[in-house]
Amino acid sequence: MTQATAATRPNSYRAGPDDRGFFGSFGGRFVAETLMPNVLALEAAYAKARQDPAFIAELDYLLEHYVGRPSPLYYAERLTEHFGGAKIYLKRDELNHTGAHKINNCIGQILLAMRMGKTRIIAETGAGQHGVATATVAARFGLPCVIYMGEVDMARQKPNVFRMRLLGAEVRPVVSGSRTLKDAMNEAIRDWVSNPEDTFYIIGSVAGMHPYPMLVRDFQSVIGREARAQILSREGRLPDTLVACVGGGSNAMGLFHPFLDDPDVRIHAVEAAGDGIDTDRHAAAIARGTPGVFHGARSYLLQDSDGQVIEAHSISAGLDYPGIGPEHSWLHEVGRVDFHTATDLEALAAFQLLAKLEGILPALEPSHALHHVGRIAPTLPKDHLIIANLCGRGDKDIFAVAERLGQEIL
Amino acid sequence: MSNDLRDDGRISKCFEALKAKGRAGLVTFVTAGDPNPAASLAILKGLPDAGADIIELGMPFSDPMADGPAIQASSLRALHSGGSMKTTLGLVAAFRRENAHTPIVLFGYYNPIFHYGVERFLKDAREAGADALLIVDLPPEEDRELRDPAHLAGFDFIRLVTPTTDDERIGRVLEGASGFVYYVSIAGITGTRAPDLATVRANLDRIRAKSGLPLAVGFGIREPAQAKAIAELADAVVVGSALVEEVGRHQGASAEKIASAVCDLVRALAQGIAQART
Repeated sequence: MTQATAATRPNSYRAGPDDRGFFGSFGGRFVAETLMPNVLALEAAYAKARQDPAFIAELDYLLEHYVGRPSPLYYAERLTEHFGGAKIYLKRDELNHTGAHKINNCIGQILLAMRMGKTRIIAETGAGQHGVATATVAARFGLPCVIYMGEVDMARQKPNVFRMRLLGAEVRPVVSGSRTLKDAMNEAIRDWVSNPEDTFYIIGSVAGMHPYPMLVRDFQSVIGREARAQILSREGRLPDTLVACVGGGSNAMGLFHPFLDDPDVRIHAVEAAGDGIDTDRHAAAIARGTPGVFHGARSYLLQDSDGQVIEAHSISAGLDYPGIGPEHSWLHEVGRVDFHTATDLEALAAFQLLAKLEGILPALEPSHALHHVGRIAPTLPKDHLIIANLCGRGDKDIFAVAERLGQEIL
Repeated sequence: MSNDLRDDGRISKCFEALKAKGRAGLVTFVTAGDPNPAASLAILKGLPDAGADIIELGMPFSDPMADGPAIQASSLRALHSGGSMKTTLGLVAAFRRENAHTPIVLFGYYNPIFHYGVERFLKDAREAGADALLIVDLPPEEDRELRDPAHLAGFDFIRLVTPTTDDERIGRVLEGASGFVYYVSIAGITGTRAPDLATVRANLDRIRAKSGLPLAVGFGIREPAQAKAIAELADAVVVGSALVEEVGRHQGASAEKIASAVCDLVRALAQGIAQART
């Protein structure tokens, strides 16, 4: 990766996007005309809401009393001893209501939906975590909710499908294309195109058309703001390295964004390498993709020589997406964030290690980040502070893990 | 952008001829390479005689997010049978060797063009004999990087107006449009609901007040009777999903059989349109 030269380095890495929704050459609003008025209305509503103390107060109230924030910053003592190097902290967003960071964003977006007078909620989901979080806030605010989920993902995430139904959501199986997350997002966009008046689309990642990458980032930045205050109070200084997994990239952006302008904080993002980035089964958009236009934004994308989108693969359904948020693509190109990868097997080993050493079952998504922590921690001095984002808990993954380990649950 | 460069283009000639005949045009959408290269070429060759005035040719894309199930399926059939930007442009060139007058509008999503390279695409598409571009996911806010060079290369750039395009926006949408304006008759994806005539009429009046370009109406038009009703109001009627469904129904058959099934349907639609305004 190239470091930005003094001439190209921006004054701030936190100023984006520009008023057209671009981070450098990435982002934008590549959507059909039918959606454009909706996208503009959402942008205007958010611009107003973010300045409104009443909106902020309601958001903060729900994050504290409904979600359970702030989440702890936990010193993982035994993990640190195990690797014998850097001091490892885990940001415990898996302790949130619904078990992942996804709810932070859903609370913010449903408050926007209510302000805009929308009466119906839709969302896409891959692993089901964003679907569960969306169904949860829809129930809490009494709005009907439709979740689009690929038929393939429904089969491998049955507990979450049932959870969404218990919460009153209608889970619509997506049978088009490859029947996974990208197709669920296509289908949710089609629904939004068809119901522009009454429907609010809660996108779960820092991907999609502007303003979503910005507003999801803003709602997830509570992770990084808390982590910053917590590490300052615990250690009296900023961390040396941040680590988070990226699919679309919302948990990573949430942790990273408040630290982007701290030049001494190294930032590492970890993509899912599936069977390996030199095989054709992985989800590493930065490592093996090229810039493209997909789901409303220009960003790095897994695509073939004809510009057709390639299906991603990861053991973790939450990272199983062929694109990545546009702000990540920009942070990669300007050299502010270093991108790494971890394979399915590496994530699986990290999953088991954390369970045994710390008594925490991490989701398979942050297990990718934990593998990377294990790669760098032994090489770093004991006073080097690492914060890794533990963005979800592993209960949802026990079936997938059992299958890969060749074990029966019952 | 001035229209001077394109005044003698196939699209303006086509609409002048339609005006002289006093009838609306029929724009037929099919996907390039659907269900296979041979059948797709046979369909293209048959369309003008069956009554198509303009051919809208879909450039297949893996993730057509503004299209309904019928057009998604046609895109996948084309890709599975080896379709690509290269084969799409090859199809245009093969058609153009035998037909010099029927305009071809290339329809699709931006990524395959962006990946092929904008300059290279414009050069190759122009040489193949395409006349206009309609790129669904390039709204006026994002189309500059393709529209400006496309105009310079001599292409018409078709813009979409939808029921959700309000008065404030409509001027902006029409500003960079050329060739014709495509009015999307429903808020939704292709081939799903049927348009409401009163709404279509009101919206066409709204567009006519701001633009002298011919108006084509599409999305949700499947039957000859519907085509006739729309032809009373618009300068052209676009039919797509009904045609690619016909392709899908006959996908296992011979190229001739598929082409004749599609062309029979086109003939019926053209007859419907011919009965309008009489």
